Amino acid sequence: MQRPIATTRSVTGISTGKLAVWWLIASEIIIFGGLLGSYVMHRIGHPEWAEMSAFTNTPAGATNTFVLLTSSLFAVLAHLKAEHGDGKGAARYLMFTVLGGLVFLVIKAFEWTTEINHGFTITRSTFWSFYYTAAGIHGLHVIAGMVIMLFVAADARKNRELQRVEAIGIYWHFVDLVWIFLFPLLYIAK
Amino acid sequence: MSTAVEHAHPAAAHGTSGEGGHDAHHQEHWFKHYFWSTDHKMIGKQYLFTGMIMALVGGFAVYVFRMQLAFPGMSVPGYGRVSAADYNALVTTHGSVMVFWVAMPILIAALGNYLIPLMIGADDMVFPRLNRLSYQIFLLSIIVLFCSFFVEGGAFGGAWTSYPPLSSSGTYNNTPMGASLWLVAVALEFVAFLLGGINFITTAMNSRAPGMKLWDIPIVVWMIVLASVIFMASVGPLVAGAIMLLFDQLVGTAFFDPNRGGDPILWQHLFWFFGHPEVYVVFLPTMGIVAEIITVFARKKLFGYRTVIYTAFGIGILSFFVWAHHQFVAGIDPRMANLFTVTTVLISIPVGEMLFVYIATLWGGSIRLTVPMLWALSFIAEFLIGGVTGIYLGASGADIFFHDTYFVIAHFHYTFVPIAIIGLFAAMTHWFPKMFGRHLNEFVGKVHFWGTIISFNFIFIPLFFTGAGGDHRRIYDYSHFPEQWQPWLIELRQLATLALVAMLAFQVLFIWNVFYSMYRGKKAEANPYRANTLEWHAASPPPHGNFPVMPTVYRGPYEYSVEGREEDYWPQHLPS
Amino acid sequence: MNTASSFAGDIDELVLLITLSVGFWFILAEVAFFWLIFRFAERDGVRGKYVAGEKWKETRWISIPHYIILAFDVIIVIAAVRVWVHVKQTTPPADEVVRVVAQQWAWTFVHPGADGKLDTPDDIRILDELHVRLDKTYHFELSSRDVLHSFSIPSFRLKQDIVPGRVIKGWFKPTQTGTYDIQCAEICGIGHALMPARVVVHNETDFAAWLASHGQVAQIAPSPSGPALPAPVQQNAPGPNVPGGN
Ligand code: HEA
Ligand code: HEA
Ligand code: CUA
Ligand SMILES: [Cu+2]
Repeated sequence: MQRPIATTRSVTGISTGKLAVWWLIASEIIIFGGLLGSYVMHRIGHPEWAEMSAFTNTPAGATNTFVLLTSSLFAVLAHLKAEHGDGKGAARYLMFTVLGGLVFLVIKAFEWTTEINHGFTITRSTFWSFYYTAAGIHGLHVIAGMVIMLFVAADARKNRELQRVEAIGIYWHFVDLVWIFLFPLLYIAK
Repeated sequence: MSTAVEHAHPAAAHGTSGEGGHDAHHQEHWFKHYFWSTDHKMIGKQYLFTGMIMALVGGFAVYVFRMQLAFPGMSVPGYGRVSAADYNALVTTHGSVMVFWVAMPILIAALGNYLIPLMIGADDMVFPRLNRLSYQIFLLSIIVLFCSFFVEGGAFGGAWTSYPPLSSSGTYNNTPMGASLWLVAVALEFVAFLLGGINFITTAMNSRAPGMKLWDIPIVVWMIVLASVIFMASVGPLVAGAIMLLFDQLVGTAFFDPNRGGDPILWQHLFWFFGHPEVYVVFLPTMGIVAEIITVFARKKLFGYRTVIYTAFGIGILSFFVWAHHQFVAGIDPRMANLFTVTTVLISIPVGEMLFVYIATLWGGSIRLTVPMLWALSFIAEFLIGGVTGIYLGASGADIFFHDTYFVIAHFHYTFVPIAIIGLFAAMTHWFPKMFGRHLNEFVGKVHFWGTIISFNFIFIPLFFTGAGGDHRRIYDYSHFPEQWQPWLIELRQLATLALVAMLAFQVLFIWNVFYSMYRGKKAEANPYRANTLEWHAASPPPHGNFPVMPTVYRGPYEYSVEGREEDYWPQHLPS
Repeated sequence: MNTASSFAGDIDELVLLITLSVGFWFILAEVAFFWLIFRFAERDGVRGKYVAGEKWKETRWISIPHYIILAFDVIIVIAAVRVWVHVKQTTPPADEVVRVVAQQWAWTFVHPGADGKLDTPDDIRILDELHVRLDKTYHFELSSRDVLHSFSIPSFRLKQDIVPGRVIKGWFKPTQTGTYDIQCAEICGIGHALMPARVVVHNETDFAAWLASHGQVAQIAPSPSGPALPAPVQQNAPGPNVPGGN
């Protein structure tokens, strides 16, 4: 398909793709904001939830925070490479980012299985409902980001559509940022 | 920003572009042309016709349940007897279809798609394939909704507000499948409009023709974009809420179940935090349509272009601080009601200002009462009724009585019908020559106008009185209530129903007019109204790529009757 | 419409005030609007004027009215809040307390009986009928067994949603004898339209007679243990401890 002239214009000075990613992120922030806002309102009304969050695996959560931050760093490096026209290098760093996402998901899976085995299922209490819902939706965003990143990396390797490396990087930072909010809210606040 | 003259494909870009090989617009397969197109005009028309078909669905539902209200227990022609469960399902379907599948697709998606690229001088949306995807998700949402009518238990009947715990538990609502499918359909619709909104906003921000500064953007484009932003900023929490409610229904969580630690009022906050801004999401685009029409047919510059934009921002911001006026008596802290009364009544200032600006625009004009102008003017006259009756409800003390009575119904139909139905007719009659290259029949259009407007008022004026007389909403048979079963109330209900039947009958004229004129109407030239905005610079109908040479903009959109010029209009693209 | 409670008149006055203040602007706007359409209809040889609407000389036609509208807004808000505070935020001392239990799709009204106290053996529980005395202040306690309902008596101008899991309190004072409709004002499922109930406002003698006819039956009915909710009852069928099916 041919790209319309509209797509190539840039009245704001920001490239169209990047602008769209920012708006996408804006809408996602509001979705997560609604979810976390609801959680916080409930949390204030239920001090006893502190006991439940004691059962979450804080070290695993902390490790995951570290893993995501590292993967974000790789996304930055990929962007740097793309800026210099090095598609191969960008693709390589993107693959590291995807790997980070994968590690995150594996740790998550491990956490969830132990928790479910101990009877802390999604229906156990409203705390656990929030816990699984929020982390689950975040996890879906991680998976979506990884899939898109694979496509972007495939193109970048052939030095095509290098501007997308930055766009997906911005998105990944956002996914990372959501986790930075989830981690203290779900694991630490006791 | 490119300085060279931009040529739209296929004319010129074709030859120079390296990948023009598969660019065969002329002999496109009909399926690809009508159902798989990425052209913004075709997608706009898809939304338009889907929305109009859904208007017939919503109109049919209202016909059935209003017949039941006027003549309880009758066998409604074309439907049969209406049970209590049927009634609830019909009202729910009517409300959600009209808001989510008529007003939204027509005012935002259809007009946004059709008009934004044309009016800002672009050849398409910035992401054509995302655009196609958003329509497909929208279509999917309709299919899911229709499925919900036929599952076991029938369609959801818990009102378009879907308050839990009624909506969250099949044992309470008796329509477990219907409730979940309804929710999925609404959520899909939200996703479609979020994607579409990103496209509209990015297009309007980044792809305006060279020379088109912020204050040169036609009002309708501003309004659709602002509406998309407000939608995006308000719907997020409800998307999260929809996921939570779906989990309550299907997984067994208890987010909204008070017996297991949840909170049903939370849903109301999430719903109305979206629900109230949503009414301005549909209001603003229609205000945009009206601005375009009255300036053209009054041959007037808009009175205070910037005032309109500022008040639109004002409405947008205020709209996020009024939501609890739907919950005055819902069991929230009564002290909160006072705060929300203040914000709610204050919103009369920007809304009133906007309407007064439009009225002032007529001053000194040369007004021609064409069919689109009649619709645009009737919007102002009718919406004022809906607006001022909102104040009765915003006044907390009075809302104790009016809440959930037909007074509320009459209030919001005097806003929604002008916005969605009159707005549709105004836009359709105004841009029809552009969309289809032919004129509608003027005489049939006028008969349709007067028939629709008069019968519309005969539906809803009576309902203010039945509401003030104590009729509550969503009651399928008032004969159980001696105080509501008095002759004057019964007669008013029947009057409203008869007027509705008349209103629906008049739509036959419109449908005939649209389809007849599409093929047989008088051929339309590119700029039949001598209008300024860029869409009238393109051919009627515009070809793929819209403009032979991409236009440059030299002035604002409403330079009508400029002194010292021979012509009384001054198109945006003409060099000085 | 009947005006049968102490605050019904206040609400009606508020509605009148709003009608006058928004009505004024509404009529003004519509008159100006139609006059302009008529006055500036297309005429041969007359061109439109070029008015940007950005100078104060022009915008004052919009701005000054809006300062006045702001003043009207303030008046409306003050009047509304006063009524609201009176009805919903202040509670005059109770002469009697009644309990209202909503469920799909019936109402149970718990009257305190002859001793004037709830949770005593002479409590009277009746389905779909509330009996009160003229000119006495009643407090009510609303609760729901299942979904949201709303306790609405149009003739009293009274409305309050009922939320499961909570007890919501409020008050009213009937000022006119008679029988009035109680409607459920929040959709609560298939039978939402099928939960009609009545409130009967008695004068003292009638009330005493009513009490006498129901007190005895209540006496022999099994005494409810504590503030327990009534057992689920079938639509239109008398509940286990409801005297007869009035
Ligand atoms: C697009 C639709 C739309 C629009 C534009 C509005 C506009 C307004 N609405 Fe309405 N409303 C709905 C759609 C809409 N509403 C719907 C669908 C519901 C019911 C939902 C449901 O329960 O199912 C509802 C319900 C609703 C309620 C809740 C009622 C209840 O359930 O108890 C309230 C309460 O405050 C309210 C208030 C207002 C106000 C103050 C405005 C204001 O924006 C109006 C402002 C305009 C004017 C005031 C007129 C112009 C100004 C003048 C002429 C100047 C003079 C004015 C003064 C002196 C004040 N609306
Ligand atoms: C945009 C919103 C919208 C619109 C336009 C309408 C239009 C109408 N509505 Fe409705 N209504 C709602 C939104 C809307 N409604 C909502 C949100 C509710 C609350 C639901 C709830 O409680 O859950 C409601 C509830 C509601 C009730 C209350 C039911 C109850 O509580 O028991 C009633 C009662 O009379 C009613 C009546 C009508 C009538 C007579 C019309 C008429 O104006 C209808 C006229 C329709 C037409 C004239 C169709 C026109 C057709 C075309 C334009 C198609 C042309 C087609 C082609 C060319 C292919 N509506
Ligand atoms: Cu109970 Cu409606
Ligand atoms: Cu509102």
